[in-house]
Amino acid sequence: MNRYIPATAEDRRRMLDFIGAGSVDDLFSGIPEQVRQKRPSDLPKTLSEPEMLRDLRTLSGKNLNADNAVCFLGAGVYDHFIPSVVDSMISRGEFTTSYTPYQPEVAQGTLQAIFQYQTMVCELTGMEISNASMYDGASAAAEAAVLAASATKKRTILCGRNVHPQTRETVRTYCWSRKLEYAELPAENGRIDRAALQKALDGGDVAALLVQSPNFFGNLESLQELADAVHEAKGLFLVATDLLALGTLEAPGKLGADIVVGDGQTAGNPMNFGGPAFGFIAVNKPLMRKMPGRICGQTTDSKGRRTFVLTLQAREQHIRREKATSNICSNQNLCIVAASVYLSLMGPQGLREIGDQILAKSAYAVQQLEKTGRFRRAFPGVPSFRDTALLCDETPADLNKRLLGAGIIGGFDLGNDHPELKNGWLLAVTESRTKEEIDRLVAVAGGDVL
Amino acid sequence: MKRSMETLFETSRPGRIGYALPELDVPAVDCGEELKGFCRAEAPRLPELAEVDVVRHFTGLSKMNYSVDEGFYPLGSCTMKYNPKVNEVAARMPGFSRIHPLQPAETVQGALQLMYDLSAMLAEITGMDAVTLQPAAGAHGEQTGLMMIKAYHESRGDSKRTKVIVPDSAHGTNPASATVTGFDTLEVASDAEGMVDLDALKALMDDSVAALMLTNPNTLGVFERNILALTETIHKAGGLVYYDGANANAIMGRARPGDMGFDVLHLNLHKTFSTPHGGGGPGSGAVGVKDVLVPFLPVPVIGFEDGVYRLEHKDMHPQSVGRVRSFFGNFGVLVRAYTYIRTLGAEGLKEVSETAVLNANYLAKKLESLYPLAHKGYCMHEFVLNGGVLKHETGVSSLDVAKALIDAGYHPPTVYFPLIVPEALMVEPTETESQETLDRFAAAMEEIVAKAKTEGAEPFHDMPLTTPVSRPDETTAARNPILRWQFGDGE
Repeated sequence: MNRYIPATAEDRRRMLDFIGAGSVDDLFSGIPEQVRQKRPSDLPKTLSEPEMLRDLRTLSGKNLNADNAVCFLGAGVYDHFIPSVVDSMISRGEFTTSYTPYQPEVAQGTLQAIFQYQTMVCELTGMEISNASMYDGASAAAEAAVLAASATKKRTILCGRNVHPQTRETVRTYCWSRKLEYAELPAENGRIDRAALQKALDGGDVAALLVQSPNFFGNLESLQELADAVHEAKGLFLVATDLLALGTLEAPGKLGADIVVGDGQTAGNPMNFGGPAFGFIAVNKPLMRKMPGRICGQTTDSKGRRTFVLTLQAREQHIRREKATSNICSNQNLCIVAASVYLSLMGPQGLREIGDQILAKSAYAVQQLEKTGRFRRAFPGVPSFRDTALLCDETPADLNKRLLGAGIIGGFDLGNDHPELKNGWLLAVTESRTKEEIDRLVAVAGGDVL
Repeated sequence: MKRSMETLFETSRPGRIGYALPELDVPAVDCGEELKGFCRAEAPRLPELAEVDVVRHFTGLSKMNYSVDEGFYPLGSCTMKYNPKVNEVAARMPGFSRIHPLQPAETVQGALQLMYDLSAMLAEITGMDAVTLQPAAGAHGEQTGLMMIKAYHESRGDSKRTKVIVPDSAHGTNPASATVTGFDTLEVASDAEGMVDLDALKALMDDSVAALMLTNPNTLGVFERNILALTETIHKAGGLVYYDGANANAIMGRARPGDMGFDVLHLNLHKTFSTPHGGGGPGSGAVGVKDVLVPFLPVPVIGFEDGVYRLEHKDMHPQSVGRVRSFFGNFGVLVRAYTYIRTLGAEGLKEVSETAVLNANYLAKKLESLYPLAHKGYCMHEFVLNGGVLKHETGVSSLDVAKALIDAGYHPPTVYFPLIVPEALMVEPTETESQETLDRFAAAMEEIVAKAKTEGAEPFHDMPLTTPVSRPDETTAARNPILRWQFGDGE
């Protein structure tokens, strides 16, 4: 007996009698003898609820979390503030314990939430159409690459070396499996190398150029120039970004993007050790029917009332099977509900204020670190947002170890992915960081090396 | 249910705010100066609302949803079981929710241990040798599994294997996943019981077959009688066999795919292991493999040596297919699945499957006087009703029945799937429903069928009547797509 199952021994007996079966074993008689499990599964002992919570507290207690340490680590996942209302709303069982809105009459809540989310993504990205979500920014970029190859009937995907390394790895995996060519472009002073781009485009067959802005180093790319170059070569321009940054930065849709993708963790989702959050993808009308995933549309019901439904389903796996534009089915719905709550609370003004705080606090942190004489900007003069690439006097590993000793989670060590940046260290400063925390960081980072 | 809600954009009033940030404690900078032309020129038209407006809005929306917390949700193939609340508490512990994926491994040993242990438990439950937790959903797991199969054949220099065989009863994601991993799909017919036709399968075998994808129990809720012969047929021809774990809630503690000859499988942790469905995610599509595919697992792989958990990358796993997404998967979902398994243990999970099968057989028996069943004998955890006869006799379609069920207070079963049964109604009661619930549902079905027989299709066309909206005009939705709020400014 366990508390998640109402059936009592008496219930079971009655039900078996009704079925006309002698025992539960009889019901499993369809499993051939040779493949029946002969021994109980070897799993750890069952835990009662108090024991379970103790086990979980022990496990979670072994992790250093951003409530107990000051987080200056970013590189794709950020410690932004999340208002209490967000979790309160997505904890409602009506959102948590329902499924994909296959029956629209009993899922108008989820459907309207998706429709509103799609609108917000369109507004932030400057694009015409958003889907209902992707798994994450990396797989959204990979799906965008596949979409671009299908739309252009070309086979090469160009990707900046300053796109997030995990996005690049994911795009590479998808390209390999779809038999597409994957090629990387070098960066010049932390941004796409225009000469190298032109050379690659002149080589022909480029389906798409994928760039990220703010890129992995936090630097902002000159999107319109890149768009013009790739459009000249009849390729599509794919821009990866993140939702929160777009409250402050110009919308890629106004700068020539054909597909905008990115990660939505920054908008109301906890860091969660990297997931779940969600990815987004937005296109303009010409690519609408090639979009992957669920899309919600507005229509009317039989009485003329405004109604929301999943639409354009002729693209999808449950209708088109092997001819579908993508295999995606479950996506990250609850995370986009969180994002919608977050963006509704923040509004345009809140997002802008967060952006201003990030700019001010980043500028302060970098200035103070530079003043110690032990840090300098890796890409001087290049505007950046939230992440700043710095070069240190010591190895980031040593630096981060000292910081950790002082209760600070230091920046990302760029050494593995970018050995060309000697002692490269990526510092993220969100609106959650205070002057006091930054001063502490500077004191430890700039202090005597023991 | 709530009748209707204004959109956020209609409720919005300029100047309202729903947030409070600390006052800036460092010198302000000017965006235009700092970022030059990169600064946004026009503000996005996001809603402007006070906190209470936002709470009322989303509370109102939630009241237009039907959910497992509200009642019976027998959506076939989706395993809409009760989702324990302790799992939610677990995932929200700051030591899980407030950790950064790029923190040094020594500061996240508890998280790595949880994933390592969960992988091991899932491997034991399914009889596989290793499990990756990276895929974000079932279809993503299928894709990952097929990538590994592709890498396996490539590693042997076997480039002819371009085809994946999928039964005609399969979930739509199977053929779609084959396509997105660069395979061609070959369909194999099922017999009247939905079992794969062994002779038809043998006739398809040649050296171009990379894999067979199989759901077992199949989508009619029946265990493949010839399972060993099926997997052996594929192996003999040099192919591998993929197990779609959508129906794994039927077999825990009773049978293991690893013992049936499967080389790779995915599990939908949001189905079998009760992490909630969230209105369509986040889920998790953990993938288990036999030794032969272990070298191809996506990176990072979580390793354990000398009492320390670590992340292993491509340098240690050179044959890996690479990454299929960022970081380690939907970690918060993994915490919930871990909690579920530890709460139930081996005995509890076996009881889950046994009760799921008991409930399905009980309900099938209750409904068999109303509908022809698509299976013979006992079913496993779900069953399919053939709605073709009722449609023929009364004009009442399975969609009509689904809408009538909504008015009776239930979420309808999956309709029109699997494709091999006319007017299919696919019912999966799960183990978390009581006999009384099943009895009441059966009574509601009985009333609906009686109404169909006495009154015909006419009264059904307006159903559902109790919901915020009635049947939507889906044709117009697709023909003239409105996919975002229209601000009424000519856009």
